[in-house]
Amino acid sequence: MIKTDALIIGAGPTGLFTAHQLKLIGLDCEIVDNLDKIGGQCIELYPDKPIYDIPAIPECTGEELTNNLINQLKPFNIKFHLNERVDEVKNNNGKWEVKTNKGTSFNTPNIIIAGGVGSFEPRKFPAKNCEKFENKSIYYSIKDKTIFKNKTVSIFGGGDSALDWAIELSRNSKVNLIHRRDEFRSAQSTVDNMYKLSKEGKINLFTKYQLKDAKGSINLESIDIEHENKEVKNLKTDFVLGFFGLIMQLGPIAKWGLNLDNKTINVDTEKFETNHKGIYAVGDICSYPGKLKLILSGFHEGALAARACFTLARPNEKYRFEFTTSSKTIKSRLGVKGD
Amino acid sequence: MPKITYIEYNGKSHQIDVANGLTVMEGAVQNNIPGIDADCGGSMACATCHVYVKEDWFNKLPIKENGEEDMIDMAFEPNKFSRLSCQLTVSDEIDGLVVQLPKKQA
Repeated sequence: MIKTDALIIGAGPTGLFTAHQLKLIGLDCEIVDNLDKIGGQCIELYPDKPIYDIPAIPECTGEELTNNLINQLKPFNIKFHLNERVDEVKNNNGKWEVKTNKGTSFNTPNIIIAGGVGSFEPRKFPAKNCEKFENKSIYYSIKDKTIFKNKTVSIFGGGDSALDWAIELSRNSKVNLIHRRDEFRSAQSTVDNMYKLSKEGKINLFTKYQLKDAKGSINLESIDIEHENKEVKNLKTDFVLGFFGLIMQLGPIAKWGLNLDNKTINVDTEKFETNHKGIYAVGDICSYPGKLKLILSGFHEGALAARACFTLARPNEKYRFEFTTSSKTIKSRLGVKGD
Repeated sequence: MPKITYIEYNGKSHQIDVANGLTVMEGAVQNNIPGIDADCGGSMACATCHVYVKEDWFNKLPIKENGEEDMIDMAFEPNKFSRLSCQLTVSDEIDGLVVQLPKKQA
């Protein structure tokens, strides 16, 4: 069980800056995020898109913003738990006990939820039967490519993941590539390479088709794909891979007894505390009268929630407000020289 | 004010007055129409405000900008009349627009 002054859920810009605020005032924190990398929506949804409304930064991309926030955290040693999703939150004698899906557990007086619109999960096939074969013959990511050797693999999608895997697996497997339109959104060289393999018969390309049904009693045997004009084809296949990007789901947070309002968590505007003492929500996931879903609002909310954490983490001390420009204590925490 | 009609998957129809300049997505969200999630808030990054535009309206709408079709690839059960409602700005020209909502957004 890891003991920490505050646990932050979500490593997006708000979570990162909140961590910085906590460390500045002398509190420990750890961060959990379901994604495999730091940055949240900024890195997952729009790493290359420019943002124009970060104070004092006329223009930066989602990736640049993330890198700058990570750099700002350099003076501190913050433990990140990536690829982990917080599943359980329980109160035990005024402290919160938190468990992730990987079994990591925390004991903390403060939980700050900076979860954006929830955790990112792969988008799945709409067809009902697909669930039955999920993780047996239908996958949304690849962990071990050797299982596809000498098998028939049907890949759905039109982006980098779908094309890269179609090309890679075509070396040792029979590959069907199925996409809902004629255009692909990938590097031109990748698209050219895929068409070349298709001409050579190494990839069977089906465009304007989508998955209609998955068939098989115990194991997957075949799939039905449907053309835009409703014509249906049956393809024998051993495996199906779907690459439709990620979707945000509120997930387990919905079960923690928090007051929710349409996928957001109600908070007060003094501490950004939820209806549970010691659980705060900041950034896109919180709501209060006047809430703006801007990154800068998340920074403000995180700064105030961090101060609120102090009271519960250091019940016998009094929080004293200090500026980074003048405080010797803060400067020593940052590892910079005082005047 | 232009009227936009949103038809839920179950057939329930909502005719809403939406001010010029708002998007069809905002018209739905502000009026609590079920079936439009708009997780990313309109930055064309999530495909959870996906709608099917009635055929007779589809060709009257401004054409898709770069990136919208890529995002529609991610949508739940897209078809050739799919649009992202965050990219449809309400104006007098689209007064009377009818959009159908998918079974779900994700």
